[in-house]
Amino acid sequence: MDSLIRAARRLPLSGKLGLGLVVFWIVVAIAGPFVAPYPPGSFVNEEVFAGSSGRFLLGSDFLGRDVLSRLLSGARFTVGLSAIAVAIAASIGTGLALCAAVGPRWLDEILSRSMDTLISIPSKIFALVLVAAFGSSIVLLTLILALTYVPGNFRIARSLAVGLARLDYVEVARARGEGRLYLALVEVLPNMMRPLFADIGLRFVFIVLLLSGLSFLGLGLQPPDADLGSLVRENTSGLAEGALAIIAPAVAIASLTVGVNLLIDAATQGKAE
Amino acid sequence: MTAQAQIAPSQTGAAHVEVCNLCVTVRAPDGSALRIVDDVSFAIPRGEVLALIGESGSGKTTIALSLMGYARGGARIEGRIRVGDATLDGTESASLAAQRGNRITYVAQSAAAAFNPSRRVMEQVIEPALIHGTASDAEARRHAVELFEALSLPDPAGIGSRYPHELSGGQLQRLMAAMALITRPDLVIFDEPTTALDVTTQVEVLQAFRKVVRDQGATGVYVSHDLAVVAQMADRILVLNRGRVREQDAVRAVLETPADDYTRTLLAAARPVVKAAVPAPATGSPLLSIEGICAGYGPVDREGRAAHPVLSDVSLHIGRGAAVGVIGESGSGKSTVARVVAGLLAPTAGTVLLDGQPLARSLKDRSREELRRVQIVFQNADIALNPAHSVGEILGRVLRFYEGISGHAARARVAELLDLIRLPAAVATRRCDELSGGQKQRINLARALAAKPDLILCDEVTSALDTVVREAILELLAELRRDLGVAYLFISHDIATVQALCDEIVVLYKGTCVESGPARAYAAPPFHPYTDLLISSVPELRTDWLSDVGRKDPPRLAAPDDGGGLCRFLPRCPVAIAGRCDTASPPLRQLDSGNAVLCHRSQAELAG
Ligand SMILES: Nc1ncnc2c1ncn2[C@@H]1O[C@H](COP(=O)(O)OP(=O)(O)OP(=O)(O)O)[C@@H](O)[C@H]1O
Ligand code: SF4
Ligand SMILES: [Mg+2]
Repeated sequence: MDSLIRAARRLPLSGKLGLGLVVFWIVVAIAGPFVAPYPPGSFVNEEVFAGSSGRFLLGSDFLGRDVLSRLLSGARFTVGLSAIAVAIAASIGTGLALCAAVGPRWLDEILSRSMDTLISIPSKIFALVLVAAFGSSIVLLTLILALTYVPGNFRIARSLAVGLARLDYVEVARARGEGRLYLALVEVLPNMMRPLFADIGLRFVFIVLLLSGLSFLGLGLQPPDADLGSLVRENTSGLAEGALAIIAPAVAIASLTVGVNLLIDAATQGKAE
Repeated sequence: MTAQAQIAPSQTGAAHVEVCNLCVTVRAPDGSALRIVDDVSFAIPRGEVLALIGESGSGKTTIALSLMGYARGGARIEGRIRVGDATLDGTESASLAAQRGNRITYVAQSAAAAFNPSRRVMEQVIEPALIHGTASDAEARRHAVELFEALSLPDPAGIGSRYPHELSGGQLQRLMAAMALITRPDLVIFDEPTTALDVTTQVEVLQAFRKVVRDQGATGVYVSHDLAVVAQMADRILVLNRGRVREQDAVRAVLETPADDYTRTLLAAARPVVKAAVPAPATGSPLLSIEGICAGYGPVDREGRAAHPVLSDVSLHIGRGAAVGVIGESGSGKSTVARVVAGLLAPTAGTVLLDGQPLARSLKDRSREELRRVQIVFQNADIALNPAHSVGEILGRVLRFYEGISGHAARARVAELLDLIRLPAAVATRRCDELSGGQKQRINLARALAAKPDLILCDEVTSALDTVVREAILELLAELRRDLGVAYLFISHDIATVQALCDEIVVLYKGTCVESGPARAYAAPPFHPYTDLLISSVPELRTDWLSDVGRKDPPRLAAPDDGGGLCRFLPRCPVAIAGRCDTASPPLRQLDSGNAVLCHRSQAELAG
């Protein structure tokens, strides 16, 4: 814990800003719905696309619902689903990468070839096809988001793991007679963590954007649930008026993704020195 | 005009390069200021070479770089530096940084990394002259060919049209010197330019450097950790320790009458002698026998030959508690021998016997007990110890793996092991990246010892260490052998190290064993011609060694392309016999000294 605080203190200004934004959105995702002034689905204002006021801090949306409340619950969906999806993507991607690194050569060949094939399909189209084929319940949506980013994570993790698996300490462990599982989990994995976290952060951003994009197209989260992308979509008619109802979720998406990016940049640069 | 009037006296009166009270400060990881060069002053007259010598971390390279006005990430340079009429801050006429690559040039340790693989070397060698406009294209080319000739490069007129990958490490190193000299600089900085080379190559490169430096009257700074190398190249030596000057004098004076204790330590460590009494190796059946091993890398074809064969028919025997050294130049297959014994590489032919019992070719078919009895220690402790684990975890894992010891008993054993390698027990909680190079190498060794092995395969375990630390590790190895009765297969490219520790030495050349026998037989001829070359290439601590070693006959016979079963040393052998060496494979000759050599020459001829 101490070392985390010290590391945070050493971050450059942009990194601190990023860290602040990331922490803010994590807190919002966890606590948001509890502090929301109204239930997200209730029609509380006669006026649609109302501006900011004492009762409705971020005004009302196209049906007269409270934007702040909807934003708080939408953030939970966006952050939560993306986090789960990225966790799944990284577990599968890195797990397979470790298998490729310590396993027999043919396994590496097969895995690398098939991942290369998958990665050559643009991720948005891949996700669209999967959604079209399997529908978009929350579970399916999460799995699709995760699967879309497995090949990317695999590629990074494999190149890290293969490099590490050639190092002498792994060779020594192998000469000692250690099994492959031990080599992968104890000798190789711990040394991949730092660069891997940077990759995971980046993929989290991609997933946030992809989820928001899908929802904006109406293919993501289905009503009555709404994530930040859905909020932008449902309020597009307010765009001409410059309504807070559309600006607020857009700014939310931007600040979340920019925050993660700033933090990753600062953290990886600090390491390179 | 006034500027010139100011410079003139300094050019005639004072030295060519002048450094006064140089201090370099960096920021330590914890934020405090750390002085890595502390109050260093020296002067170099025109045409002389000053050597900066010291262990790693003593600030040699930092000083060399500050002569070019260059400070590594975040370092601050204070003090006065003047090279010719350029100063650090450029107050008099020019700044050092502006002179870099033109009036001040640099020869780095690894030339291979400095050349662009996709361009011909000539273009790269003359590039500085063209960029700085010191010569026209034609002039620069002519000068380059002169330099190639002075550097004894083969085919001086044609070598420039080759690509870097077509040249050897030693040739590239010389080409880099040519690149540094092409602008006729005021100062050339050599930063460990021969450290990455084999001894045999190093001699050629040193000779070339010395000749060209003398001919061109260049002023130089030569950075090295090797006193014997420096003795050949420099006029004066400056001994550094932790950023401070310990001693500064003419080469001869430093070597013969060192004034400082630290210099004496360096001199003593340059030629290691192991003091621990060594038991007479047990006779009887050998602990480990390697018989007729052939091995290589890449896919194995139908006749059982690897795509890149490395070892051919290598045999050796290690007695219980004995130390057998393997020497040879880079790429001769030394590490490959260790990998075959450890089971990391399956041989394509031959057997490895442990206590008379054949060991399986590959790891997964060996029993845990067999694996425990043979441990391997790699050269580079930086990559041989997992940075994610603490010392205690690294050692503890071995105990748990082989003996199932954990918890309190394991901690006690770890403390015991640390004591065995002379480190405090508190080290157990530290991570390896917090330890020094010598300490890491001790941990590396302790991990092998934790398995209570009968045999430790030491692959260049002292090569990455400074001389003083190296001596301590060698001493430790000898003590462990005496106290624990462990046997070593000790691999090194440095014959002095091997002679200090081992009872028997095997010489590998291109994967064949050309000579083997008791270590004392390597003190004087007769040797195999290759052994002779190896031994005579080791720089000696006297200034005239390089001139003496120069009288070497060139090879007399051209070798057939494939080599067949002929002596592999034929293309380089100065004493090859026409009609014999190039037609028949050499016999194994038993010499009176106890050595066996693979050569057509008789004992009497080899002694001559
Ligand atoms: N994994 C590998 N794949 C292919 N070739 C290899 C591999 N490892 C080593 N070689 C080749 O095998 C030959 C012998 O290598 P080896 O490492 O045994 O030499 P060495 O005597 O230990 O050299 P050094 O002193 O540089 O460590 C070299 O030509 C090398 O290029
Ligand atoms: S066999 Fe001939 S070529 Fe080979 S080392 Fe002996 S003399 Fe030289
Ligand atoms: Mg080696």
